[in-house]
Amino acid sequence: MDSYSNGFSSPRAEAFPAGLRVLVVDDDPTWLKILEKMLKKCSYEVTTCCLAREALDLLRERKDGFDIVISDVNMPDMDGFKLLEHVGLEMDLPVIMMSVDGETSRVMKGVQHGACDYLLKPIRMKELKNIWQHVFRKKIHEVRDIEGLESGIEEFQMMRNGISDQSDDGFSFCGGDLNSGRKRKDFDNKHDDKNFGDPSAGKRTRVVWTVDLHQKFVKAVNYMGFDKVGPKKILELMNVPWLTRENVASHLQKYRLYLSRLQKDNDLKASHGGIKQSTDATSRDQAGNLGFKNSINIKHNDVANTNFGIPKNTVIQNSNPKSHDGVVSSPDLGPKGPLVSDAHEIQKATSSSGVGLHYSFGTPDLDTKYTTFSSALPPQFSWNREHKPQIDPNNVFNHLSLPDLDQVQVNQKTFLPSYPTPFNKERDKLTHIKAMPPRATECISLNIRQQMPGENTFGLNPVQSECSTTAFNPSESITRTAWSSKDQVLDHISVSDLDSFNGNLILGKNSALTSLNENFPPCLLPEDCSPTYFEMQNSDFSDSNNPGLLLEPSMYLYDSLKFDYEYPCDPIEYPVMDQGLFIA
Amino acid sequence: MDIVNQLQRQYVDFLSSLYREGLLDDQFLQIQKLQDESNPDFVNEVVTLFFEDSEKLLHNLAIALSVDQQHVDYQKVDACVHQFKGSSSSIGAQRVRNICVSFRTCYDAKNLEGCLRCLQQVKDEYYLVKNKLQTLFRLEQQIVAAGGAIPIMG
Repeated sequence: MDSYSNGFSSPRAEAFPAGLRVLVVDDDPTWLKILEKMLKKCSYEVTTCCLAREALDLLRERKDGFDIVISDVNMPDMDGFKLLEHVGLEMDLPVIMMSVDGETSRVMKGVQHGACDYLLKPIRMKELKNIWQHVFRKKIHEVRDIEGLESGIEEFQMMRNGISDQSDDGFSFCGGDLNSGRKRKDFDNKHDDKNFGDPSAGKRTRVVWTVDLHQKFVKAVNYMGFDKVGPKKILELMNVPWLTRENVASHLQKYRLYLSRLQKDNDLKASHGGIKQSTDATSRDQAGNLGFKNSINIKHNDVANTNFGIPKNTVIQNSNPKSHDGVVSSPDLGPKGPLVSDAHEIQKATSSSGVGLHYSFGTPDLDTKYTTFSSALPPQFSWNREHKPQIDPNNVFNHLSLPDLDQVQVNQKTFLPSYPTPFNKERDKLTHIKAMPPRATECISLNIRQQMPGENTFGLNPVQSECSTTAFNPSESITRTAWSSKDQVLDHISVSDLDSFNGNLILGKNSALTSLNENFPPCLLPEDCSPTYFEMQNSDFSDSNNPGLLLEPSMYLYDSLKFDYEYPCDPIEYPVMDQGLFIA
Repeated sequence: MDIVNQLQRQYVDFLSSLYREGLLDDQFLQIQKLQDESNPDFVNEVVTLFFEDSEKLLHNLAIALSVDQQHVDYQKVDACVHQFKGSSSSIGAQRVRNICVSFRTCYDAKNLEGCLRCLQQVKDEYYLVKNKLQTLFRLEQQIVAAGGAIPIMG
């Protein structure tokens, strides 16, 4: 397979789809052998794996080393659907599911999780012969996405510049003609006008959502509020020159899907775990979204209005109509709905599910919630959590009174620090997050901090670039220790879980973070943040009102990703989720 | 040559009967087609893998169902049967696969007695098809030893 690591190179370009790089994952040795033989007969380049984890490792190791993944649904170490999600999120590769079970519900699940096809065993060779269409289709869509690009012309240009260089890698399988045609057009466009609409100019190379990149993405999403953010803004915040709005848009879509799924799972878990977060289904969804959004949302609304910026955000949850009970508490988040405090929500009182950080702190269950949050709450939430659910988000947050935060604080402790807030200080804690450059953490923390004006200073200390956001290191290291500056939070997180998630989510984080750092000035919230605020935040932060807040950015990232789903789940859930997402 | 022809005829008849009796289905033909010069023993290798895997699964199933009613881990039973269904479908062991389907009904209903019955049935079918396949391979070896080529059924 090494030959393929260069991407399709000539062989593929000449006789497409010959040489298509396929990764087959199946725990059944008989099928693995048969499929390998069949695929080889199709002139594909085959790699086999009998374990999902092994497959993920391989995929991560050889980024851009495969064109398509075929996986069985039932595997001992990991659910095939989970693998599917990871691959979709991290590598953005088409995945075909296989099973001897053809029940509609299973097939439906596959499609929901993003499978581009579902094959029933026994599989015939003719079915495998045409799998290249999925790869091709994806490429085409990527290109088409570019057409809609409305802004970021410059980025686009840059991207094109970059792409043209790498076009072979990403798109090569399309065949030489296609590529060359595209290339030409691309160059032409580039020189002539900045017409992004030209599909050919579109990104040809498939974006590999590395942990770093993904982290950047998540940061940006959280910063703005999962619910409200759009691809364009995310792209801006991410500040990755070669990335296009379309790339972000499709990734965002997947991310949301993932979150909502997590949320559902969380809800389930929550219910099982007895997490009382009164999250109901809706809240869950919201929570899920909130998770991410919250962090981001906060920025939006509150920064401007409130001193802290958090208040608004944090509570947000309540504003969600559907959710949850009221302010923060919206326990509805349920396991999943971690304290999503959707700052925006509050303001808007719309809260649509997007509120990422549901702070459904809710009262009674707050503790529970918090706890769960800690585990699952994405960094963003952490500080939000502190907000007691009961607090009327609108009131409380609007003013962003510190006192509120204090309340929240208490709760927060239980939460896992997922949020970056403490980054500045906590950075060190995040030792494991090595990948992220200090600044990166900042970025992350910024997001969070913003939200929590009061207490957690850490949340939004954008200024502190030192954030050791490295915490984002997806990998193992993050495992708890690093995260919770406060320890508590991290304790829940099982290292192993994190690892897995780290890998997945944080794929791009390192790089993303870096860029993010750069993008984010001290004031993460361009419009809203006020330096003072941050400073205050920082200082407070160190005090770490909320243990949870101290979560390192990585946690934050993870959390946001998983959080939505997992929360209110108990810590155990959380880590797992994280891991899944961020598997390093 | 005569011997080769004889053996080949025997082979074809035998294999046809396996299809006819439903022991093997079209999938077996598919994997035969996959065999080529680069992989002259492909079918044999695949079938051997199937045998190994199946013995393990049957063993696990027996263990899972050897406990008393209350302690049966039906999840485990499900996992084993599901796996068995998948692997039997890989070589076209149709009858084995069909038993797995009815087996599922039994463990879904947590019917231990039914499960034990199914286990016995699946074992019987498995050993039957194993036996037949081993005979088939022996025939193949004889043909090759006699200098002939193994007939490819269409």
